[in-house]
Amino acid sequence: MAKKINWFKYSSPQAFYPLAGKMIPWFAVAALLFTLPGLYFSFFVAPADYQQGEAYRIMFIHVPAAWMSMFIYMVMAGYAGMGLVLNSRLSSMMASALAPTGAMFTFLALWTGSLWGKPMWGAWWVWDARLTSELILLFLYIGFMSLYAAIDEPRRAARASAVLALVGVVNIPIIYFSVKWWNTLHQGSSITASKGPTMEASMFIAMILMAMAFWMYTIAVALMRVRCEILERERHAEWVAEVLRPSRAR
Amino acid sequence: MKSRHKRLAFIVAGLAGLGGAAALVLNAFNDNMVFFFSPTQVFAKESPEGRNFRLGGLVEKGSLKREDDGLTVHFVVTDTHKDITVTYKGILPDLFREGQGVVAQGRLNPDGVFYAEEVLAKHDENYMPPEVKDALDKGKAKNVATPTGATLITQ
Repeated sequence: MAKKINWFKYSSPQAFYPLAGKMIPWFAVAALLFTLPGLYFSFFVAPADYQQGEAYRIMFIHVPAAWMSMFIYMVMAGYAGMGLVLNSRLSSMMASALAPTGAMFTFLALWTGSLWGKPMWGAWWVWDARLTSELILLFLYIGFMSLYAAIDEPRRAARASAVLALVGVVNIPIIYFSVKWWNTLHQGSSITASKGPTMEASMFIAMILMAMAFWMYTIAVALMRVRCEILERERHAEWVAEVLRPSRAR
Repeated sequence: MKSRHKRLAFIVAGLAGLGGAAALVLNAFNDNMVFFFSPTQVFAKESPEGRNFRLGGLVEKGSLKREDDGLTVHFVVTDTHKDITVTYKGILPDLFREGQGVVAQGRLNPDGVFYAEEVLAKHDENYMPPEVKDALDKGKAKNVATPTGATLITQ
């Protein structure tokens, strides 16, 4: 019979702190290993588009960034909800560790989209359903971080911002399906579950490699940030003093 | 029932209620969520009258005419059912092509001509190299079933 693993062991910040430290280099290296072939495929292997020429290559950043912006929000809200239900400290720390990266990817998606939009559509920005809901997502991330920072007591801060994160989840399906439900200037998804990707194979590979790179980066950075968060919020605990003692510092 | 089950139930119920409310609101605002109106909708008087709105559709092939000043263009926007002639003075975006999607913002005159102040190109979700596009067009010309995106990936 398999030995029963106590999963809850790592839900304690003290146990998770060193584990996160051990995982960071692996995910950082993985991020690099996906980024290099990803960029190579994006710039040298994928052919030019029949209409847009070379300018379409921005989608290798834009699309994975947009995916991550939505996916990180779901994970963040999931952790926030877990923190509310189980009262586990580590969950809310993970939620606040993910928020800045999610906000960054949201901004990146909006920014690269805007750079592409000016030459292709003829406008930096339009108020269509897809663009507007993605902008609301950026505001949700900023609101989550601000609310968390505005309340001094960490447990109350975590609870208040968790409610905000959960309310914001409503926006995610709106972003995703906006191009289906309403007519928008933004094009529909090129990659859907029902039919194959409407793009060339090498373009698809480049996009998936970049998406994997963004995933690995996100995990590495979130783990780094959660380690800081743990030290900050547990600073009165004895084990933190032990970790931070100069003789043990590396 | 443990207190954490209660909290979970509370959150699930809250999210379900919120989702329902959002669905109702979006449904109620459905008409305001559209970015553009198609020519068919314009003929059905669904577009606002007497003020600016956006007209969207395909640029009809062979309909683009340029005036001598080089800036004023006339083209026909179609959704394959109804057509509307558009007049625009200004620079067209890179992706503006006959047979491609376009969104024009402006006013519909009583004479049935749409005077655009801004023209945006609408891109579709298909990305392919020029050679594949050529092959697709040849296939179409021979009236062979055109490969879809799903088969593109295997090439």
